[in-house]
Amino acid sequence: METAILRDTMHTLSDTHAPEGEAAPMTAKIEARQTNVHYGDKHALKDVSLDIREGEVTSFIGPSGCGKSTFLRCLNRMNDTIDGCRVSGTVMMDGEDIYDPKIDVVQLRARVGMVFQKPNPFPKSIYDNIAYGPRIHGLAANKDELDEIVLTSLEKAGLLAEVKDRMEAPGTGLSGGQQQRLCIARAIAVSPEVILMDEPCSALDPIATAKIEELIDELRENFTIVIVTHSMQQAARVSQRTAFFHLGELIEVGDTEQIFTNPKHKLTQGYITGRFG
Amino acid sequence: MPFSFLLLVLAGLSVIAYRFGVSRARAVAPGRQAVLHSRPMYHGLYVAIWCGIPALLVAVAWVAMQPILVKGLVMGGLPDAYDALPKARLDLIWNDIRNLALGDVVRADPAPEIQAAAETFRRLYTIGNAALTVLCLIAAPLAARYAVRHVSIDLRARNRVEAAITVFLVASSLVAIFTTVGIVLSLLFESLRFFAKVPVLDFLFGLHWSPQTALRADQVGSSGSFGAVPLFSGTLLISLISMLVAVPVGLMSAIYMSEYAHRKFRAVAKPLLEVLAGIPTVVYGFFAALTVAPFIRRAGEAMGLSVASESALAAGLVMGVMIIPFVSSISDDVINAVPQAMRDGAYALGATKSETIRNVVVPAALPGIVGGVLLAVSRAIGETMIVVMAAGLSANLSFNPLDAVTTVTVQIVTLLTGDQEFDSAKTLAAFALGLVLFCVTLGLNVFALHVVRKYREQYE
Ligand SMILES: Nc1ncnc2c1ncn2[C@@H]1O[C@H](COP(=O)(O)OP(=O)(O)OP(=O)(O)O)[C@@H](O)[C@H]1O
Ligand SMILES: [Mg+2]
Repeated sequence: METAILRDTMHTLSDTHAPEGEAAPMTAKIEARQTNVHYGDKHALKDVSLDIREGEVTSFIGPSGCGKSTFLRCLNRMNDTIDGCRVSGTVMMDGEDIYDPKIDVVQLRARVGMVFQKPNPFPKSIYDNIAYGPRIHGLAANKDELDEIVLTSLEKAGLLAEVKDRMEAPGTGLSGGQQQRLCIARAIAVSPEVILMDEPCSALDPIATAKIEELIDELRENFTIVIVTHSMQQAARVSQRTAFFHLGELIEVGDTEQIFTNPKHKLTQGYITGRFG
Repeated sequence: MPFSFLLLVLAGLSVIAYRFGVSRARAVAPGRQAVLHSRPMYHGLYVAIWCGIPALLVAVAWVAMQPILVKGLVMGGLPDAYDALPKARLDLIWNDIRNLALGDVVRADPAPEIQAAAETFRRLYTIGNAALTVLCLIAAPLAARYAVRHVSIDLRARNRVEAAITVFLVASSLVAIFTTVGIVLSLLFESLRFFAKVPVLDFLFGLHWSPQTALRADQVGSSGSFGAVPLFSGTLLISLISMLVAVPVGLMSAIYMSEYAHRKFRAVAKPLLEVLAGIPTVVYGFFAALTVAPFIRRAGEAMGLSVASESALAAGLVMGVMIIPFVSSISDDVINAVPQAMRDGAYALGATKSETIRNVVVPAALPGIVGGVLLAVSRAIGETMIVVMAAGLSANLSFNPLDAVTTVTVQIVTLLTGDQEFDSAKTLAAFALGLVLFCVTLGLNVFALHVVRKYREQYE
């Protein structure tokens, strides 16, 4: 069973993974150094140093409660909204410390979008769900431009064909998979540079999951993507780099192929072969 | 033995019966309690119920029947001359007899036959009470003995006791239901009697309210007119003013409490706000009448406005303050019920806190907030004490908040206080007003609860 998964995985990898030396951009978009997170007295993330490369999909894997979501939320300062949560260390994006007091979190979050585990469309129409971000950031000068943004975002999220006749219907009336793609379209609409996804497929069936994975692969061209997942196959299918977390520590990070075929750390090996976790 | 004392004795007997039942149950299965169908406690309760309940039912029935029987006997015992008297006169005589018998003050030197009747009355009561006591004191132990005999290994005492408890619970809820039904029916019937005197349409759409009817046929100038529109408009005006105060303040404070306030501040401030809801309305009433109304009057005069000393504004403002906690606590609940995921979604798009609240949280909570406001409206419409004390009595058809207006509830109070025959149009008008009030608040409540419930389901 395990070996079957791995073989499957490697097969997919050889299909999707860009060969070394090709125009794959290697600059780090985000550099986290010595990042620590405390929730009250709980030390949830310990000295994590990690680079997120531009134009690639990075996946975070690890057992439940190991701090994947916590680290992800450090990258767009969503931890600020949690009472009693303290972040220390530095997180640099394009050479700027995002925890610098000079940085405006509203602008930061416009640059770093996020998609959540459970689809959370606003209780508004499909159109307004997408248009909300561009509106608050003043990205459209007039109604036509806004329409344009909404349509292209839906198009990129692969949802346009399904909803173009019902733009005024409530977003909450869509199916789970459609809602999740709506949330992705909503995130795309503000033209972020990075999109963070926290288990975006965990509430979806295999077909909807396949659609989202396909979408992630396409989005890689324009965005830097970080995805948290519990599915090893998913990590292998969609990501170029994988980071393994355990008990709040970053154990190992490397090319996805290397992590799944030749993990250096025995904790990683144990986890991907399903011995624990 | 007085009735209350009899009840005490019955309770005591039941306790003793319980002990008997328990020990009997232990005795039929010595040392092998497991073979008993029910635990000894249930056998005890079974015996206690047999001891207490039948005797209690007898006592209640007796107490209900006794006055009727006694009246029949006493009145029948009067000399034949009395039989021919009209009913109203007989009722008066019966009153005299009773008062005389119970030692209340009566007219000086009653007729000898009345005195005799009072004596009979007293004797009958003594006999009746004694008989009841004896009956109960015999019936209770007998029934208990019957039950103790039944105690055996197989007696399904637990099931019987459970059944008795169910009956008791059903009876309790029936009391509540029947009382409500009874009140509604009496409202309805008295209103129908009113509408027999005053046409419904005149009542609902008439513009003139002056309920003074002639007490005697020769009185002039008080024909009575029952056009309730000024009352409805007054109620509406005062409710509107109060909602203008309560909705913004309540909503804002709810938003502050649930979204901004520090947990510690919230822990202190929320109960404090709810204290407002605990202040007796009569206190609000004199606050409105003695502090707020004069203040508004003086302020108005300073600005050159003429303000009635019992202005709608004063009553409405104070009522608004009273209603703030209703609006704020319901809004607070529904705002808290908006999933965090919804807020996270907005924050992740780079929305600020106030944008998130305005564009996402409040719209999501809106149906619930509307429901809460409607509940508050129905509360405002039915509120009595504040308006009785602070709003006027004159039924002006005016939408000027500085005028004195009156409300439905105030008129009900004034219609029913004072000397009037019970079936005069004036008194019956109170029932018709009550019926309108009941229908409106019931409608509002049902609708509001429906809205709130639907809203809750949406996020569960
Ligand atoms: N809001 C919070 N307050 C207190 N502790 C928290 C909070 N959020 C997370 N934690 C703790 O921090 C640790 C890391 O949590 P995190 O949500 O990052 O785990 P995770 O790796 O995303 O797990 P999962 O795979 O189950 O989502 C956990 O031990 C958790 O209990
Ligand atoms: Mg998580």
